[in-house]
Amino acid sequence: MDRRRARRLKSDAMVALMGVAVLLAVLPLFLILGSLVLRGAESLSLSFFINRPAPVGETGGGVAHAILGTLVIVGVASLVAVPVGIAAGIYASEYRGTLMAKVTRFVADVLNGTPSIVVGILAWTWVVAVQGHFSAAAGSIALGFLMVPMVMRTTEELIALVPTELREAALALGYSRGRTTLVVVLRTALPGIVTGALLAVARVSGETAPLLFTALGSEYFSLDIDRPMAALPLVVYKYATGPYPAWHQLAWTASLVLILVVLVLGIAARLATRDRFRDSR
Amino acid sequence: MIPDSASASAIRTERLTAAYGELRAVYEVSLDLEPHRVHALIGPSGCGKSTFLRTLNRLHEMTPGAWVKGQVLLHGEDVYASDVSPMRLRRRVGMVFQKPTPFPFYSIAQNVSAGLVTDRGLSKADVTNRVEESLRRAALWDEVKDRLGADARGLSGGQQQRLCIARTIAPRPEVVLLDEPTASLDPQGTQRIEELVFDLKREFTIIIVTHNMQQAARVADTTSFFYMGAMVEHAETKRLFTAPVDSRTEAYVTGRFG
Repeated sequence: MDRRRARRLKSDAMVALMGVAVLLAVLPLFLILGSLVLRGAESLSLSFFINRPAPVGETGGGVAHAILGTLVIVGVASLVAVPVGIAAGIYASEYRGTLMAKVTRFVADVLNGTPSIVVGILAWTWVVAVQGHFSAAAGSIALGFLMVPMVMRTTEELIALVPTELREAALALGYSRGRTTLVVVLRTALPGIVTGALLAVARVSGETAPLLFTALGSEYFSLDIDRPMAALPLVVYKYATGPYPAWHQLAWTASLVLILVVLVLGIAARLATRDRFRDSR
Repeated sequence: MIPDSASASAIRTERLTAAYGELRAVYEVSLDLEPHRVHALIGPSGCGKSTFLRTLNRLHEMTPGAWVKGQVLLHGEDVYASDVSPMRLRRRVGMVFQKPTPFPFYSIAQNVSAGLVTDRGLSKADVTNRVEESLRRAALWDEVKDRLGADARGLSGGQQQRLCIARTIAPRPEVVLLDEPTASLDPQGTQRIEELVFDLKREFTIIIVTHNMQQAARVADTTSFFYMGAMVEHAETKRLFTAPVDSRTEAYVTGRFG
């Protein structure tokens, strides 16, 4: 009886410890989200989503130009980086043992660990300095460089999880290797790959450093990727480091909007690639 | 490519050796398998029976480092000849695996028609007909006819395996390879597959790998005993089980090892 009680006690203590660990892990997340909502929500209004910033001293205005800018810059980056990352991931997974695959994987890991500001300087040297002016395209290139290795590594890992039996079943039906990879393997791994791509999008959406000396920021609505463009992280940076209390307030609200934009993108992509069987039940 | 006297056999192998790098899994196996019969391959684990099966549709060579020596003749044609496309060959020699492998994200009907997409000559109506025909032959039609558009993963293990059989026979192959098709099924599911195998031999030549000797005795017309990569004995099933010639075959079928 005593031993059983001791065991029960030990078990309860361990469960309690794990509970504390979980709490510690999620606490920062809720603290950040909570303070964002508390401080940012009060100025959140429709005008914030549809207007440009008001001149200093006037109230109202919004960050619509930066929402648009972030969507354009991140959108262009994703358009190029996601397909390239997925293709590289397929290659590294399907041709696992080859030297080229090993080199690709190594380079991706190095790139994954490169500070984003370094990638920003690279984009500045290659694009901004050569062209002689700042541009949203240069920002997209910097963000794209950050996205490719992230997308590639998730794709590779998820493709490796697809059972060999499934692959062989497709080959045994007379499918070519390419068709097997695209129609069966990639389709099976797709939901996970989309999640991975989304994580990459979410991460680069908040990147500020690479945009500072590429997209630069702007006060106007723009769709021209050959010119400077506003972006939410740049707005947050500018307002948070500015001298006016009203700007600080705007920075909080812009941060909240940034998180909301990422959240909406995430939900949309999940809906688009959902398992039509599982979810419709 | 020239039909000779040997073309009376559906599949014939000539001193076939199959290996993974240095490891020879199958060694100099010569077998002659007649059409429209069920042939069982038995033997202890690791005896090479599955590897042998995988050389017949050239799936073996998809494993990195795998190689083959000797010949496999499908109706007298060398399947390893340089002008033979493995993809086209695999449409003539279908295969069903140990674990049911329905494609996820495919409905029941899409799973059955999966092997038909490579056939450009088929119209939409042809495909629909072929799906029904194949499901009927696989004895699954009555159970799924009202939910052809449903998720194939919602079927039971036995139904999934019959679905895979339907998918395999839909392109109308000449030979059907079954690699321990009932290993993951319950007794009821096993029985249905065995009955199905018996029916299917009218249209197809069937080669079944099994580690279950009773199963071989129940379904097969001829049985080959494999041991350590070699084909030890090949005979009419009844003869192999009641009057084996080789002492190793006798030891195995009487349950003294394996």
